[in-house]
Amino acid sequence: MKPVSEAHRTVEAIWRIESARLIAGLARVVGDIGTAEELAQDALVAALEQWPTEGVPERPSAWLMGTAKHRAIDNIRRLKTLERKYEEIGRDMERAQESSDLTLIDEEVGDDLLGLIFMACHPVLSKDARVALTLRVVGGLTTEEIARAFLVPVSTIAQRVVRAKRTLTEAHVRFEVPGGAEREARLASVLEVIYLIFNEGYSATAGEEWVRPALCEDALRLGRILAELTPTEPEVHGLVALMEIQASRLRARVGPSGEPVLLLDQERALWDRLLIRRGFAALERAERLGGAMGPYALQAAIAACHARATKAAETDWPRIAALYDAVAQLVPSPVVELNRAVAVGMAFGPAAGLDLVDTLVPEPSLKAYYLLPAVRGDLLRKLGRSGEARAEFERAASLTQNVRERELLQRRAAECAAESMAG
Amino acid sequence: MRVLIMAKEGNQTEAAPPTPEAMAEYQKFNEELVKAGVVLEAGRLYPSSQSKRVRFDGKKRTVMDGPFTETKELVAGYWLWQVRSIDEALEWLKRAPYDGGTFEIRQVLDYEGM
Repeated sequence: MKPVSEAHRTVEAIWRIESARLIAGLARVVGDIGTAEELAQDALVAALEQWPTEGVPERPSAWLMGTAKHRAIDNIRRLKTLERKYEEIGRDMERAQESSDLTLIDEEVGDDLLGLIFMACHPVLSKDARVALTLRVVGGLTTEEIARAFLVPVSTIAQRVVRAKRTLTEAHVRFEVPGGAEREARLASVLEVIYLIFNEGYSATAGEEWVRPALCEDALRLGRILAELTPTEPEVHGLVALMEIQASRLRARVGPSGEPVLLLDQERALWDRLLIRRGFAALERAERLGGAMGPYALQAAIAACHARATKAAETDWPRIAALYDAVAQLVPSPVVELNRAVAVGMAFGPAAGLDLVDTLVPEPSLKAYYLLPAVRGDLLRKLGRSGEARAEFERAASLTQNVRERELLQRRAAECAAESMAG
Repeated sequence: MRVLIMAKEGNQTEAAPPTPEAMAEYQKFNEELVKAGVVLEAGRLYPSSQSKRVRFDGKKRTVMDGPFTETKELVAGYWLWQVRSIDEALEWLKRAPYDGGTFEIRQVLDYEGM
């Protein structure tokens, strides 16, 4: 017999592997995530009780699914309500048993998982709720792990998840893989959630650390799973490409004492060639499916321009500026315009970049956005206007919530002060 | 975290390539891993008869030609996986459709687990 702790670790690892498919299979039958998750948890508790003494079953996933479904029937019998659901589960059990064991064929499992993802990312939920619910039921993370990743109290995440489940029930959100016109909007919501998770890991909005690679890994994994579930959706591959290429720079993005290192200052030898290669392959998949002009594929193409340049000076800035132009036409936003201004500044000189940035200064949505003064400061500095640049960097430093970023901007301001003294 | 799985299949692989049935089973398993977002890279290696070794001794380099005899330790294939823990890697590996050989899991030393 194994020592208890080892068996527990085994159960935990199997939970990580199986929980999403388990919850998905149950959600399809019972129709809501909350009940499905409770049943799955019950099965996990049963596993924790039985496996350490009786050994891990040969087919752990089938065991967990079977146990959860039996619990479901027991619960419903005991409650003597929800007759309809009981019948559904009964029918489903019969179907499952007919197929010789309790695991379903691959395709159905895939559809279930996709249904779960669409449900957890339903637009009826707030962004925060979608992120928490997705990480929990699809990513298999515990409430504690999600709370730690987002630097918020455990109770906040727990409440978010409970409320999200309630909202889904109250809004009568169905467990389904949407088709037709609805599919595009629903898929966009899924991609947004995955990219939000990635970005929180890639440049943390708050806290002591500038990057949190574990969150990037979780987002990448969700993206890679989704790409296999929806192989013909170009934007899914576009998003995966974008995340793979951006993640390739994680190692180079942080200096020896935890400070941020910006793209053009990065040691490119530290970039992860494997992730770059995977990113290029995903981008190619998106383009082959006719999706080269999708917003994520375009951003991935921009990231690819950087990845292709072995030295910062070799970057194809005119192409990046053109790609940002395409992004701006597709999803116009002041933030995209700001990025375009940076590319234009690099391709056609700082004066051209500054002209664009200046048109963005009155933009209300950028009032508190630290990157606007940061970019403006950078362009002013290149034009030799150090005094004005310093004021912009100081303003940017006062607007960011991230400690590491603030330090970097304050350093820039100090450098400008020195330059204007010298000048 | 990333882990490297080294397939030490014993001398079977040295003598003959895997049967089509074994390859099909392997591919099915590999596909499952890809669907779960686990596989970053996978590869099989030529037998050691086509390999070389370089031994370093101070400034001296000695080149040796295969085949090599300690077949139990010869790596015939590898995987690079992205997992959340060694235990997760272990659980996946236990599901692999192999009936012989030794498979080694090594965590890749890297920046904060990336």
